[in-house]
Amino acid sequence: MSAVLRTAGLSKRWGAFYANRDVSVAFEQGARHALIGPNGAGKTTFIDLLTGTVAPSAGRVYLDGDDITTLAPHRRVKRGIARTFQASTLFPSLTVLESVMLAVCEREGRGGAGWRALASETAASSEALAILDALHLGAESDSTTRTLAYGKQRLLEIALALATRPRMLLLDEPAAGIPAKESVEVLGAIARLPREVTVVFIEHDMDLVFRFAERITVLVAGSVLAEGAPDEIAADPRVREVYLGEIPQGEAPLA
Amino acid sequence: MAGSAERREPPRRAAAPAPRRGSLSDGRWRPLEVAFWAGTLAAYFAFPAWHVLGSQILITGLFAVSLDIVLGYAGIVSLGHAAFFGVGAYVAGLLAANGWHEPLSALGAAALAAAVAGYLASFLVVRGTDLTRLTVTLGIGLMLWEAANRASSITGGVDGLSGVTLAPILGRWTFDLRGDVAYAYALVVVFAVFTGVRRIVSSPFGRSLVGIRESSTRMAAIGAPVERRLRAAFTLGAAIAGIAGALIAQTTQFVGIDALSFERSAEVLVMLVLGGAGRLYGGLVGALVFMVAQNGLAGIDPVYWQFWLGCLLVVVVLFFREGILGGAANLAARARGRRR
Ligand SMILES: Nc1ncnc2c1ncn2[C@@H]1O[C@H](COP(=O)(O)OP(=O)(O)OP(=O)(O)O)[C@@H](O)[C@H]1O
Ligand SMILES: [Mg+2]
Repeated sequence: MSAVLRTAGLSKRWGAFYANRDVSVAFEQGARHALIGPNGAGKTTFIDLLTGTVAPSAGRVYLDGDDITTLAPHRRVKRGIARTFQASTLFPSLTVLESVMLAVCEREGRGGAGWRALASETAASSEALAILDALHLGAESDSTTRTLAYGKQRLLEIALALATRPRMLLLDEPAAGIPAKESVEVLGAIARLPREVTVVFIEHDMDLVFRFAERITVLVAGSVLAEGAPDEIAADPRVREVYLGEIPQGEAPLA
Repeated sequence: MAGSAERREPPRRAAAPAPRRGSLSDGRWRPLEVAFWAGTLAAYFAFPAWHVLGSQILITGLFAVSLDIVLGYAGIVSLGHAAFFGVGAYVAGLLAANGWHEPLSALGAAALAAAVAGYLASFLVVRGTDLTRLTVTLGIGLMLWEAANRASSITGGVDGLSGVTLAPILGRWTFDLRGDVAYAYALVVVFAVFTGVRRIVSSPFGRSLVGIRESSTRMAAIGAPVERRLRAAFTLGAAIAGIAGALIAQTTQFVGIDALSFERSAEVLVMLVLGGAGRLYGGLVGALVFMVAQNGLAGIDPVYWQFWLGCLLVVVVLFFREGILGGAANLAARARGRRR
């Protein structure tokens, strides 16, 4: 099997504190890969390193075998890596539609076009509306982002990432703050994306993790504690120790 | 709690997308905009004795609009924007004082020179935090002022550059002492440039500047080359400041070294904040209110007018956080809410 995105000995140090230490993980093409671990384990930091938001202290990141460790964040987006942010990172004064249209325009190389109105980018607007409809945000398209309810802002995060047409989608707690029923729906929609799209998601809700992940990496204190298929992870005594009772019993064949 | 949150949700309109605050995205001119520009034209006939002040207000307004691109849209704080205004003023002034008397080509040359200066400066400015940006822009302004001061054999130093003589515009309209031609010339150029700016801010590029101001991290995460965009915005703002500077040099037929001064950078910033940053018309309105107040107060109280001007600024900005236009927009929104 071929890894789309792979890290080798990735570390991030702030002073003497290691947020990530020697993390080597490979994400297979088409994977539905969950990244779990307690608060402060370094999951968000790991995503920041993969997307170039934060520069690593040591180690490398490879995309399709190419070393992208020092590639600027926006160039990684052009190469197909998209992400969402744990704390909504949006454009408060732009409308929902404008925000998604900006992402489409950037992808099409029209983001720097300075003479025609954004509103006249009709292809971008119909694509953006289709993405919004798919995420049940169509009715909000003309709302200013700052007036959106929190759950809808989480969905807009996902819409922005999808608008870049990623091959590698990194989701930092996409379902947090969304009502339980909707979060199942949202993660389901993401899991059903075509297999050309590799999905990595950070999630604290173990029901969601074991429902949608086909592979799981457990980070603890900045390092990889375990990695494997869901049933292996559920059966792993070291993982069970960290996640006392949270891991669904039915998933663990030997428990 | 849920009830009150619901009530605060904006009312949804069924018909065509409602006009959005601060956005002109469909490019149509709104009635208030038409009224504004009709007013600037009417002022030519209504206040024939004030053409000199009127032209200076228009030009300073354009200067403030150029800062709005940099600060209000792209979110780059600058305390040295007069550097580019001064470059434009000196280029236009020096050309006219040294035998190139045609005004429109000089305007173009000034814009180009200021754009080049802005582009070079942008590499220093765009990286870094607000505080370093403030310091770097301030420093660039000071350096240029001192350079103009030192090169007094060329620039006239603190005495200013005189001998600026211009050929008639398009071979037909000669600048006159009452400022009739100056006002008309300034109005045409300012309106033309403003129309361009108005297009640009509603384009993908212009909207992406707002995106960068609000979250550069997110903008990079959707694939935008943030630094390149900011450099483009800074260069554009510099070019337009250069046009404003050239207009001042041409309409007053003089370039004072204060065109490069820190005071001018600070004043234009104050005007923009007064009018409302990031709102396209804020610079024009701010320059109008500031300069009319300055002129009026100096007439009423020649000794303490600065006190009253300061007082006005403090009061306006305290009551209207987002400047005159922001305050007006909020009042209008509230009035609309009450009528419903
Ligand atoms: N800029 C920073 N400077 C110093 N320490 C940081 C910085 N950013 C994160 N950290 C620390 O790094 C550790 C890992 O943070 P990170 O956000 O990656 O954890 P996480 O696994 O995403 O946690 P959570 O589940 O709470 O989101 C935390 O202890 C955090 O305090
Ligand atoms: Mg996190």
